[in-house]
Amino acid sequence: MMTEPVLRIDGLKIAAKTTTILEDISLQVQRGEIFGIIGESGAGKSTLAMAVVGLLRSGCQRKAGSVTLAGNDLFALPQPELERVRRRKVSYVAQSAAAAFNPFYRLSDQITELAALELGTPKAERHRMAAKLFAELQLPDPENFGKRYPHQVSGGQLQRAMIAMALINEPDLIIFDEPTTALDVTTQLEVIRLIRKIVSDRNCGAIYISHDLAVVSQLADRVMVLRHGKIVETGETRALIENPQEAYTRDLVANKTTTSAAQVAGEAQATVTVQGLAAGYSGVSTISGISLDLAAGKITALVGESGSGKTTLARTIAGLVDLHAGQMLLKGKALPGRIEDRSPEARRRLQYIHQLPDLALNPRQTVRDIVGRPLTKFGGLRGAALEAALQQLMRDVELPESFLDRVPGSLSGGQKQRICIARALAAEPDVLICDEVTSALDPLVEESIIQLLLRLMGQRPLSILFITHNLLLTQRFAHEVVVMKEGRIVEARPAADLFAAPQEDYTQRLLAATPLMERGWLEARLHANEATN
Amino acid sequence: MRNFGFIAAVICFALLVLAAIFAPLLAPYSPSEPVHMAYAAPDKKALLGADSLGRDMLSRILFGLRYTLGIALSVSILAAGVGVTLAFLAAFRKGWTDLLLGRLVDAVMSVPQIIFALVVLAVAGVSLPVLILTMAVLEATLFYRVIRPVAGDIVAMDYVEVARLRGEGIGWYLFREILPNAAPTLIAEFGIRIAYAVLFISGLSFLGVGVQPPDADLGGLVRENALAISVGQLSPLAPAVCIALITLSVNGIVDWFIHKYSVRGELG
Repeated sequence: MMTEPVLRIDGLKIAAKTTTILEDISLQVQRGEIFGIIGESGAGKSTLAMAVVGLLRSGCQRKAGSVTLAGNDLFALPQPELERVRRRKVSYVAQSAAAAFNPFYRLSDQITELAALELGTPKAERHRMAAKLFAELQLPDPENFGKRYPHQVSGGQLQRAMIAMALINEPDLIIFDEPTTALDVTTQLEVIRLIRKIVSDRNCGAIYISHDLAVVSQLADRVMVLRHGKIVETGETRALIENPQEAYTRDLVANKTTTSAAQVAGEAQATVTVQGLAAGYSGVSTISGISLDLAAGKITALVGESGSGKTTLARTIAGLVDLHAGQMLLKGKALPGRIEDRSPEARRRLQYIHQLPDLALNPRQTVRDIVGRPLTKFGGLRGAALEAALQQLMRDVELPESFLDRVPGSLSGGQKQRICIARALAAEPDVLICDEVTSALDPLVEESIIQLLLRLMGQRPLSILFITHNLLLTQRFAHEVVVMKEGRIVEARPAADLFAAPQEDYTQRLLAATPLMERGWLEARLHANEATN
Repeated sequence: MRNFGFIAAVICFALLVLAAIFAPLLAPYSPSEPVHMAYAAPDKKALLGADSLGRDMLSRILFGLRYTLGIALSVSILAAGVGVTLAFLAAFRKGWTDLLLGRLVDAVMSVPQIIFALVVLAVAGVSLPVLILTMAVLEATLFYRVIRPVAGDIVAMDYVEVARLRGEGIGWYLFREILPNAAPTLIAEFGIRIAYAVLFISGLSFLGVGVQPPDADLGGLVRENALAISVGQLSPLAPAVCIALITLSVNGIVDWFIHKYSVRGELG
């Protein structure tokens, strides 16, 4: 391909007052090509994406290098010219479609706003343009879809509507900034399929930013791995995944492909038993007919799409949802449905870890206060004994003791989640309920948290209920898997059996929709889908 | 620069408080005896001149400072204590508690403050405790209105749920989980309300139901001497400057607290 690339970045360096955010970044994107950029949060992905459209966050400065988009040197252009290039040549698809749309305007009007501003296209014509794009993106009822407001369509549809908005100016380059992170696996499959189609149909260039290497490897022709603002390595997707050159890339790749079989503990007695449970809010049962056991020393994975009722079930066991029918037992003793009716002993034995550590830690308390409170409340520890227990817990979750005097705001996401785990362990529980505890974390941090949980299980007799929407993730450590759909349990079996031969259609679909890294997975999936339709 | 402002505010406020406490020692004359010529200009004997009855302005200001600072501070502290506790309680308990407290506050707020105070003071008689309590009740409704939604947001946080799962008592919720997170708003509101309390006393004094003559608070002194401006005297400006100093120094201190708190919360 010797044609002029759509985008060319040469030796770009961007720095804030004291820190360098991007250093020596060079890349080229050709027409019809999807260029993947992968990295953890803080790697500089978003700064790079903004630099591609000639934007710098306030306080940032370009120290060196250039960005050439469709023949225009962006940082050399005067402001009005730059804005004209932005409107005509490039589009940006943001991570959260829900946050990107104005809730007070109809979809058609928002999507075609650029056409109205740039070309003064009359309204009727704009609505025809929008309807055509909706049809191309396979949205339901394309003629009338645009009359709806953003809150009237589903998350996956809204994400497609945002892609339609990106296509309105027939761009030469589209930047996709983690467009599927907020979607569940089956919806994600739809969106990445569309992205592939659009780029090849229109012969434009695309940049796809993600922290999920599996998704990127299905889409991108070439991939760049970014870390601490520097390029770790760039290469053809297949070569990079099959033969990574750098240690960091090897970690990223290994993380998804190796499957360490879960160790099988002996026959254990149930710590929590749930029988014929129905529960929900304001009199309506959102889950019903639920029966399951959590065995001592085992990890039970609870899997389902968003809305399947998995979090409701976890919260019911924790005593936070109205119990409508059925009963719960903790170590053979009746467990009341309302947390307020439970004994301090029952509260201590059952600990709940939230999805977002940011919200689960009081920002005004030090780590010492946060972790120390259950030690004092449940264990009656004070003074030197409390201090010793705190230091032991910090060692257990692999954080330095000096963190005891810090506040949550000064910790990273993974560190905060470790503090939440330490707080739960401080109660010396029998049962840990982990509600999507890793879904807000980067893959490598997610891996380290899972390793931590496994190691903790080896040290004490814990039952863990691990809630996730990523069925494949649980293959590596779960002993039992429970699959939920629409408030009911679809399939509940030992993990080894389930992954060897998933019986229910729904389980198979969940498994199939989770991206793998092998090349050709997407094509195989699409082929399978067409065959069934 | 921020520290300079804070230190200046602390020094200024401390001087004002000391002046109020030691007023009987510092005042050169009795605040209620005519010792100069009426409208005497400032000179060596009367540093800030005299009022229409020949009373010494400096002495009157020092004693006025006692009333203004004493009433404004005790009203604001009482009002914050009551208003904030009720707001936390309403946010935490929700349901009937929230509904009843909310409507009660609405009812009190629907009557103009001055009218409400006039009625209460007319019925209960004008005395310092009644004055302070009445003002505190009225100010408490404003604290409630501002803090209730803030507390509502905090109660919805997962860390409050963690405390609920652990089985904490109500004191822990209100003062360990909610209060520290509501503090920046609370402190800012406190600074503003002190300034308004100063104006409120002045208003009541003007209507004759506040501080009773011959005593006067700073606002009362401004009003008493307002006529002097028309004869070319600057004496009313002195108590006005004092009010400004109280407001500025309180807010200087408050700003520093807000900055300190928000920096701590923003890291990461």
